[in-house]
Amino acid sequence: MTTAARGTPYWLTSPAVMVMLALLAVPLLLTLSLSFYSFDPVAGVKETFTWGNYLAVLTDEYYHEIFLRSAWLALLTTLICIVIGVPEAYVLAQLPQRWRAVFIVVVLGPMLISVVVRTLGWAVLMGSEGVINNSLRALGLIDAPVRMMFTFGGVLVALVHVLVPFMVLAVWTSLQKLDPATEHAAESLGASRATVLFRIVLPQVMPGILSGGLIVFALAASAFATPSIMGGRRLKVVPTTAYDEFLSALNWPLGAAIAVLLLIAVLVITLGVNRIVERRFRQVFQ
Amino acid sequence: MSFLELRGLTKRYDAVVAVQDFDLNVERGEFVSLLGPSGCGKTTMLQMVAGFVTPTEGSIRLDGQEITHVKPNRRGLGIVFQSYALFPHMTVADNVGFGLEMRGIARAERQQRIEETLALVHLEQFAARYPREMSGGQRQRVALARALVIKPPVLLLDEPLGALDAKLRHDMQIELRALQNHVGVTTIMVTHDQEEAMTLSDRVVLMNLGRIEQIGRPYEMYEQPNGRFASTFLGKANLFTGHRAGADALVRVAGRALPAVDGAVGEVDYVVRPEKMRFVSEPEALVSGTVEARAFLGNYWLFQVATELGNVQVTLPNTGLPDVQEGDTVGLAWSAQHARVLPRGAGAAA
Repeated sequence: MTTAARGTPYWLTSPAVMVMLALLAVPLLLTLSLSFYSFDPVAGVKETFTWGNYLAVLTDEYYHEIFLRSAWLALLTTLICIVIGVPEAYVLAQLPQRWRAVFIVVVLGPMLISVVVRTLGWAVLMGSEGVINNSLRALGLIDAPVRMMFTFGGVLVALVHVLVPFMVLAVWTSLQKLDPATEHAAESLGASRATVLFRIVLPQVMPGILSGGLIVFALAASAFATPSIMGGRRLKVVPTTAYDEFLSALNWPLGAAIAVLLLIAVLVITLGVNRIVERRFRQVFQ
Repeated sequence: MSFLELRGLTKRYDAVVAVQDFDLNVERGEFVSLLGPSGCGKTTMLQMVAGFVTPTEGSIRLDGQEITHVKPNRRGLGIVFQSYALFPHMTVADNVGFGLEMRGIARAERQQRIEETLALVHLEQFAARYPREMSGGQRQRVALARALVIKPPVLLLDEPLGALDAKLRHDMQIELRALQNHVGVTTIMVTHDQEEAMTLSDRVVLMNLGRIEQIGRPYEMYEQPNGRFASTFLGKANLFTGHRAGADALVRVAGRALPAVDGAVGEVDYVVRPEKMRFVSEPEALVSGTVEARAFLGNYWLFQVATELGNVQVTLPNTGLPDVQEGDTVGLAWSAQHARVLPRGAGAAA
């Protein structure tokens, strides 16, 4: 191969690299540098170097609570998505061809609708004058409306609904690679249906559960639209807090520091989990 | 009463009949092959015995017990799948031990039986490996060990050697036969490979279009096929359509009179195996023709000869370079007892 030919792949990828640099790397770097600037309520942002923003976040219990809430929210969302999404994908894979196509559309269909619209739908359902409360009241089951909006549970339900298709897709991909004969083999050796599912199917779809879990976790931890509609100011999570620092308090450096800390936390957790699971289920990841 | 009795087994999918009226008795310790082209219903048949497919009609009795509607996990049969279906996330030992674990056998005994069975298939030193780290032939043995370790009353093999290359296939055939003899387990194997069926089985069940064509010992079936399908599917055959006036008469094929000892009368198929044909000089020849092709196949030579009867295949054992060349005019002869005369269209599915 000539020198020119060897360089060709790099030239060919350069447009994509430029787009990535312009749209991802540059904003990230700018946010990172912004997070080290100082802020004065009167003078505004000053281009000096300080750890102050990070110290402020790391030492203030107000932020601790918000970060913990986000972590909990992301973790619970991921677990519930696994519990719902894995069986859903399995059932999908068992369906006859004709029905499978129909149900894949049913499962993935919501992804075609904007997250904001879907979340507003939940707001309509869960509001104190919403469908659920009105129905319960009409049935005489409750006297006062049950509070669902602006609660952790409400945000959780809406997030799970938004993110579960990602889990189904990831597990579905894994199931495609599963040899159905392994299920038959286990059955012929005396395993019950439950044993087949837990001992044979589940370990083999671990790669799907892992990738689905990581996607869901990362998206849940950084979700903005759903928590801001369902949780509002009363139930702040990290992304909504960063947003408020930027647009309400106009403290851009602090908002940037919060965003950077969120990014680092998500990266550390997802990479760590990825390593542990891949090591534990080494054989099915080949 | 036979050990395994299959009575009138039928499987229909909507309008499609996969298996029709399948009757078979298998004796204890016997090795039976279900042989046939793809789509003949042999795999469906095996799936019914295994319990993965519910028969539309008919019954299965194992050792006097009715098991037609018993779930696969309660039948206790050993099954080797075409893809081996090893559990990729478990070691070889765990794969083999899975059936024992399901039976609630204690760890110590389990360990011992795993070791014994792995020794049986010569994989003692591979217990800690994962299936991915093994060759096709080794995986095949693991699958076999996993099925045998539970001491099943019947071993079902679904194209067990289908995924192996030719050389390994041959070695495994011999080994499988020896192993089956040694263990003495009643075995049913599904295969589309007639050579494999003949090498391994006590009896062969030849299937076509969902029905049984013929059941017999390999040699019997090869020498006495009962119809057009049996004679061409099991081994090579030269098949001519002819007419025979009476039991003592010669068979008239394309204006020639060909000899036969016994067999059918009227409209007949006249069958001669290629290895029963000889090259002879003109006076003795039953028919003559031109050699169109000569191929060397290792242990024998294959000739294609264009004759008045049509194209005829002749094989000669490789005892040296034959003096018959492509383009030569040759005479062909065979003895009357080597010709089989079958009623036209004989065979169940014809």
